Amino acid sequence: MSGTGHGRREAAVIAGLSVALAAAFVLSLVLGSTHVPVATVFGVLLRSPAANQTGAIVVESIRLPRSLTAILAGASLGIAGLQMQTLFRNPLADPFALGISSGASLGVAIVVLGSGMGVASAFGASTGLGGDALLIAAAIAGALTVLAIVLAVSSRVANPATVLVLGLMFGYTASAVVTVLVGVSAPERLMELARWGFGSFSGVTWQRLSLFAPITLLGLGLAAAMTKQLNALLLGEHYARSMGVAVRRARALTMFGASILGAVVTAFCGPIAFLGIAVPHVCRGLLGTSNHRVLVPAVVLLGAAVALVAQIVSLIPGSAGVLPLNAVTSIIGAPVVVAILLRARRGAFAA
Amino acid sequence: MNATPAQAVPVPALRTRDLAVGYRSRRERRAVLERVSVSVAPGELVCLLGPNGIGKSTLMRTLGRMQPPLWGTVELGGRPLESLSASDLARRLGVVLTERVAVESLRVRQIVELGRYPHSGWFGGLDERDRAVVSWALDAVGAAHLADRDFARISDGERQRVMVARALAQEPVLLMLDEPTAFLDVPSRVELMGLLRRLTRENALAVVVSTHDLELALRTADVVWLLLPGGEVVTGAPEDVTGSGAIAAAFEGRQIRFHPEERSFRWLTVERGQAAVRGHGLRGEMARAVLEREGYGVVRGDAPAGVIVRIDDERWTVSAGGTQASGDTFRALAACVRALPKDLQEDTAS
Repeated sequence: MSGTGHGRREAAVIAGLSVALAAAFVLSLVLGSTHVPVATVFGVLLRSPAANQTGAIVVESIRLPRSLTAILAGASLGIAGLQMQTLFRNPLADPFALGISSGASLGVAIVVLGSGMGVASAFGASTGLGGDALLIAAAIAGALTVLAIVLAVSSRVANPATVLVLGLMFGYTASAVVTVLVGVSAPERLMELARWGFGSFSGVTWQRLSLFAPITLLGLGLAAAMTKQLNALLLGEHYARSMGVAVRRARALTMFGASILGAVVTAFCGPIAFLGIAVPHVCRGLLGTSNHRVLVPAVVLLGAAVALVAQIVSLIPGSAGVLPLNAVTSIIGAPVVVAILLRARRGAFAA
Repeated sequence: MNATPAQAVPVPALRTRDLAVGYRSRRERRAVLERVSVSVAPGELVCLLGPNGIGKSTLMRTLGRMQPPLWGTVELGGRPLESLSASDLARRLGVVLTERVAVESLRVRQIVELGRYPHSGWFGGLDERDRAVVSWALDAVGAAHLADRDFARISDGERQRVMVARALAQEPVLLMLDEPTAFLDVPSRVELMGLLRRLTRENALAVVVSTHDLELALRTADVVWLLLPGGEVVTGAPEDVTGSGAIAAAFEGRQIRFHPEERSFRWLTVERGQAAVRGHGLRGEMARAVLEREGYGVVRGDAPAGVIVRIDDERWTVSAGGTQASGDTFRALAACVRALPKDLQEDTAS
C-alpha cells in the first residue's frame, strides 16, 4: 500500500522501534542483581573470549535465554492480540479471547492442586524433566483442550461475535473449576499456583528455548503470511468473502495460530496479561494505519521491547527482589495506553 | 427482452434458469421466490424492486453465492456459479453491501487496493498493472481527489462510491449492489445511481442494484426486475412495468395509489371533497400539491368542484361556499383550505 508521506512515517516508526528493541535487549543483559560490565555482554554476544568469566556465565546461561524468551513471548502476545482484534473487529479482544488462558490455568491447577505429587520442587532444583516441565505440559494440555472445544463449536457458528461469547463462556467455566479446586485445596499448594500466576520469563532455559522458539516463530510466520487476508477482513467477513477470501479457513487458521501463540507463552511463562491488548493499539496509534503489512512488523518489535522492559523492571534494578511480571506489564502499560487513547480521542475501532 | 437480436447475442453477464431461492432446514425447503429465469447483458443496468420482505435480499445473496439456491442454476459470465473458485468468483463479481464499513486508519486508496485481492499474489503485493487499475477505479467513481483521505472521515456518499471503486478494482463482469443508497441523502443517491449508469455505458459492465428508491430506479434503470407478492418476477423496461400496472400490483395498498405518469405514489383517501385549481405552471402544481396534502381530490381542467383555487404569479384566491379568501404564501393557502368545512358542493360563485 502506498502514499509517500505516510510511507515515511511508517519507515520512521519501524526504525525507531528497532532501535528501542536493540537498546532494551542490551540493557536487559547488562542490568541485574549481579554486576556485569557492558563489555562482557558484548563479548558474549559476539562470541569473543570474555575478560570477566563469572559475568559471561551469568549472561550466557541466565540472562540471554531469559531475554530471548521475553522477546519471543512479547512478540507472540502482541501478534496474537492483533490477529484476534482484527478477526473479531473488537478492540478488547486479546490472545486469550477464546478462553485458552483459563484452560491453561485449569491444567496447571489440576496438576498443582489435584495431584498428590510433590510439585513443590517445581521451582527448586528441577533440571528440565522435573515439576515445572510437568506444569508446562499441563498448561499446554489445558489450553489445547479449551481451544479444541471452541474451534469445534465455532465451526458451526456463522457470527464471529458468537464465537467470542463462546470463548468467554468456556473461559468462565474453566476459571470456575479452578476456583472449586482452590476451595478444596491445602494452603501450601495454593502458593504454588499463585506463583505460576505471577508470570516469569526466567524459567525458560536454553533447553526449553529449543522447543519454545520454533513454535512461537512458526506462529509468528503464520501471522506474517496472512497479512493479505487480515487486511481484507478489516472490511468485515461479508466483504472479505466477496473479494475472494476463504473466510472460514482464514478464520480457523487465525484463531488457531493466535491461540497457539497465547497458549505456548502462557505455558512457558505463565499468564501475562495486558501486553496482547495494548501493543496492537499503541502500534496503530504510532503508525496511523490499520494496514497489517506494517502493523505486523511493528507489533513484533514493540511487543518484544515492552516484554524486555517489563522484565528489567520486574527485577527492580539495584535490589535483589523480584516483582510479579504479570503485575509489572499492567502497571507500566495501562497508563501508557490510557494516555495514548485519550490523546488520539478516537479509538482504533470507533464506529 | 423478446426483440430479435440483429447479431450474435453476447454471453450474458448473469443468467438464471428456473431458479428457486429461499431457506432450507433439516426438514424442508421453503422457497421465497420460484421459477426465476432472468438475465443481464453486459452494459445493462438492472434495478431489483419489490416491497419489503418479498425476497430481494435472498435473491441477491443467492446470485452472489452467499447462500445456495434451492433449485435451478445461476451462470456468471457463462459458467455455473458453483463451479467457480473463490477467487474466480471475485474476478467476475463485485459486491457492494448496505452495511456501513467501520474501519479506522485506512486511506481511501488502500480500501480500493483491497479490491485487487483476487488478482494479487500470496502477500498481496501490487504490481504496476494493479496500481493502474486502482487509479482507474478511483477515477471512474470520481474519488481520485479522496485517494489519500482517511476512509473513516469522508461522507457516507463518498464512502459508498469508494466501495464501488473497490468492487471495480476486482475487474468484474457483474457488479451487484444490495440497497447501496439506504444510508445516503438524496443528492448522494441520485449521484450514485448516475455513476452506476455511466459505468454500464462506458465499461460494458453489467450492474444489478436492489433498491427501495422506486422513482429513481424507474428513471435510471435499463431493466427492472419487479418482485410481486406471491413470488412472481416481472421483468422489462421501467416503462413496460409501469404501463402494465405491475408496479401498482406490487406496491399499492389501501392507502396509496401509484401514478405512472409521475412515477410516484399518492394518498388514496379523499377526506375533504373535490377541489380544482385554475392556474398554470409551477405555482399551479404547487397549489395542487397543497390541496392533495390537505385531503382534497384535485380535479383536472374545468370540472366542477366544491373548492376553487385561482392562482397567479403572486397570489392565490380560494372560492368556496359562496365566500372568497386570498393570500400570498402556500402556508397561508394550506391554513385557509384546512379551515373550510368538509364536502363543499359545487361553488356557485364561480
